[in-house]
Amino acid sequence: MDLLEPIIKIAVVLGALLTASAIVVLFDRKFSAYIQNRYGPNRVGPGGWMQSIADVVKLVMKEDIVPKAANRFVHDLAPMISITVALTTFAVIPFGDTIPLFGKEYNLIIADVNVGILYILAMTGMGVYGLTLAGWSSNNKYSLFGGLRSSAQLISYELSMGLSLIGVIMIAGTLQIDDIVRSQTGYWFGWIPQWNVISQPIGFITFFVASFAETNRLPFDLPEAEPELVGGYHTEYSGMKFGLFFLSEYANMIVSSALITALFLGGWHLPFAETWGLDPLVLALLKIGAFMFKMFIIISFYVVIRWTLPRFRYDQLMNLGWKVMLPVSIANVLATGVVMLWLTR
Amino acid sequence: MTLEQLMFYGLGAVGIGSGLLVVTRRNPVMSALSLVLNFFCLAGLYLTLNAQFIAVIQIIVYAGAIMVLFLFVIMLLNLRDERALSDRLSARKIIGAGLAFGLLLQVLYILMSAADGFPQKDEALAVSTGTVEVIGVQLFTTFLFPFEITSLLLTAAIVGAVLLAKKKLD
Amino acid sequence: MVPLSHYLFLSAVLFMTGAVGVLTRRNAIIVFMSIELMLNSVNLTLVAFSSFLGNVTGQMLVFFVMTVAAAEAAVGLAIIIAIYRRKQTVNLDEINLLKW
Repeated sequence: MDLLEPIIKIAVVLGALLTASAIVVLFDRKFSAYIQNRYGPNRVGPGGWMQSIADVVKLVMKEDIVPKAANRFVHDLAPMISITVALTTFAVIPFGDTIPLFGKEYNLIIADVNVGILYILAMTGMGVYGLTLAGWSSNNKYSLFGGLRSSAQLISYELSMGLSLIGVIMIAGTLQIDDIVRSQTGYWFGWIPQWNVISQPIGFITFFVASFAETNRLPFDLPEAEPELVGGYHTEYSGMKFGLFFLSEYANMIVSSALITALFLGGWHLPFAETWGLDPLVLALLKIGAFMFKMFIIISFYVVIRWTLPRFRYDQLMNLGWKVMLPVSIANVLATGVVMLWLTR
Repeated sequence: MTLEQLMFYGLGAVGIGSGLLVVTRRNPVMSALSLVLNFFCLAGLYLTLNAQFIAVIQIIVYAGAIMVLFLFVIMLLNLRDERALSDRLSARKIIGAGLAFGLLLQVLYILMSAADGFPQKDEALAVSTGTVEVIGVQLFTTFLFPFEITSLLLTAAIVGAVLLAKKKLD
Repeated sequence: MVPLSHYLFLSAVLFMTGAVGVLTRRNAIIVFMSIELMLNSVNLTLVAFSSFLGNVTGQMLVFFVMTVAAAEAAVGLAIIIAIYRRKQTVNLDEINLLKW
């Protein structure tokens, strides 16, 4: 059955992604408590680790309040767009090498499309709609401000996000993400792994910064800046509709950390693991573990940054996006081209 | 019915429906949303035509950039429903719809009269024309000059847009 | 297998829908969106021919149409904002002077 394989993969990835989002929410709260020298959630379950489940139950049970002046249809549509975009982006990210199971090799990627990177850019572009429409449909001035800010911010940072990927695409020579991961095999001088973070440091930094802006994490969380906009675009949301926004924010974080891992940190490559002479199945599982470990490092970085830096002012955000990030990423494309020409001379 | 036919007729129906919504909704935001849906249908149709690159670019450029700009402007101007304008059936509407329908009949007449000479699809050839590689090679060889000119066009558009939208012209 | 004429028919219907919008609506932004709809129906024709003939030129033309559409949207919306600042309206019937 050729339809069964993708369905199983989708079910596994979706389940893992949602569970991981719940865990990351709790991790964020625990870690922030640690940074601020307090306890954080510690009542539900051992050490408070069941808190996310309790939160989901609470959100599902809550009343769904829609403001009288709101546009009901769009108000319902906005969280659905957000969560769909966040979850479908993962479809083109490979999370492991081929795994031998039941005498057959399986590719650990849901859809190995040959325009993978463009698909990711298209999907992040769609993410704007969820936020903007939520802001507009609530018919609340704070929400509208949040929606307007999010559309301006996401459009501005999408440019440098796309441009910082060009360097990676130039080196790998393909838009297929699986091939980009495979192009990072091998070592320089026999010991430095050929990861794009080493050959594309500037692209890595600009992409990383842009991914903060795309996922609305501090210091770029202007669309939901609590002290100025109450709750930003989701001020008027309650119950599970708010829960979907919350979940999609964390799912976005996981997806972008997976993307950074796949494109810059060598994906599922575990340096020198091939030389250890392990069983192929164990090796494949180890590689999935390596992928998750790299993702975990990136996510921890997101959390640390969130509790370390203050929020940007709106004009600072725009200046950074258009006057720093964009020229730097264009210069990076140029530099990559020059170096590649020089090396192949 | 094959998958291709199913996709074509399904997406075509949704595309026409959303197109009608674009021109009939009073609320500009609903129009814009219908147009986004329409662009998605067109992207799906491009996929049935094996034009992957154009399909993805359609989503990135039209749905991801142009329509967000439209929504941004609608929200910035905070436009309300245009109630007073669209309540009655005016002469302009009848004439406008009639003219457009006449246009459709003309196009259909031309279509019918040429229907025998249409080429058949060569599946292998169609698959090979829509890939990123083929389009990239063409873009930087045969179409290099127009490609460079578009960068000038875009620069001019950016400067023009900034100048026009600035608060004070001095 | 869907014949080429069906794609062309669909494109003609979409083009007509856009034309109805341009001719009947008075909201400048909706008129603008109808124009985008017409541009897209033409793109569909170009891609359909390109795919059926196995010639990439049609898809290149679509690429350039999209570039022009992006430039046009930026300038057009800037004009609409500028007009709205002056007249507080986007109704095309009330925007009838070439000079303020």
